[in-house]
Amino acid sequence: MAKKKRKVPALNSSSTADISFMLLIFFLVTTSMDTDTGLARRLPPPPEDDQKENEMEVKERNVLRVIINGAGNLMCNGDYIEIRELKQRAKDFIKNENNSSKLPELHPKYIELLGQCAVTDKHVISVQTDRSTPYTIYFQVQNELVAAYNELRNELSKVKFGKPYEALAKEQQEAIREYYPQKISEAEPKDYSKN
Amino acid sequence: MSRFNKNGKREMPEMNTSSLPDLIFTILFFFMIVTSMREVTLMVKFTTPQGTELEKLERKSLVSFIYVGPPIDQLRPTMGSGTRIQLNGKFAEPAEVMDFISEERASMGSEQALQTVSIKADEKTQMGVITDIKQVLRKSWALKINYSATKRN
Repeated sequence: MAKKKRKVPALNSSSTADISFMLLIFFLVTTSMDTDTGLARRLPPPPEDDQKENEMEVKERNVLRVIINGAGNLMCNGDYIEIRELKQRAKDFIKNENNSSKLPELHPKYIELLGQCAVTDKHVISVQTDRSTPYTIYFQVQNELVAAYNELRNELSKVKFGKPYEALAKEQQEAIREYYPQKISEAEPKDYSKN
Repeated sequence: MSRFNKNGKREMPEMNTSSLPDLIFTILFFFMIVTSMREVTLMVKFTTPQGTELEKLERKSLVSFIYVGPPIDQLRPTMGSGTRIQLNGKFAEPAEVMDFISEERASMGSEQALQTVSIKADEKTQMGVITDIKQVLRKSWALKINYSATKRN
């Protein structure tokens, strides 16, 4: 048989660009989707000697004491409670709707965009843990407390501006934050097991 | 036929797109490499707790990570199974966090004030370790912290 030179038909490669484009977009999307999430908190500045005296001046009614023991049990101002009850307790405490004498004092305060209001800006929520407290319980407590603040802020912004807190303008959010300032204090660590 | 194509002879010269795939592939490889470069080889095991009020961690270049948990299975014979702290690629004691923070801060340039420390701790960790870390962070003025967690459904 006579050898015949055959021409190899060229492969149509016009779609390679599109395929690699799609791969590129896939990687772009997946890498940005993998963002870390977490509970953002702010630590108090390092303690100074004169600061300790100020802490003593906080009135008893303005403090919500949350104590977590080594077994992960919760005590809130002297009562044993479950974690799911904590949010409501915190909300009642921060809001003090009926001006109860056991809940934090209401102070008159003028806030721009909101006008004259009575706020409990002196309240403090103090979280105390033992060295053997499981981290996850501590985290849940923090989470519930932040949730309480977020719900209160949301309720207020719906009443005042008719929109959820997230959808507000920057100045409006600031006003809401001034009404419900986040005050979660982390008490100096104590080791109860040694006592 | 067309009103504007009067002589009908002119054609758009075709652009040679044969190098386009190579170009795109280069970008693709760049992204693949860059995204995997930031990962630190983990020497501790951890499952972060679950929460509902989470915020996204932004500006990755300003975030320093502290990993807390028991050593991975391969390191268990030498390191034991107690809770350990990992900074970058090595195990450390709580006191070493201070040096770590100032090192990280030095590499951040003018935006040091926005430094965030993300604590990626195992949910079974005891608070003692976390408290120690927090005290050191306070002393080194790294006050913005973030307890890493996953979304609870």
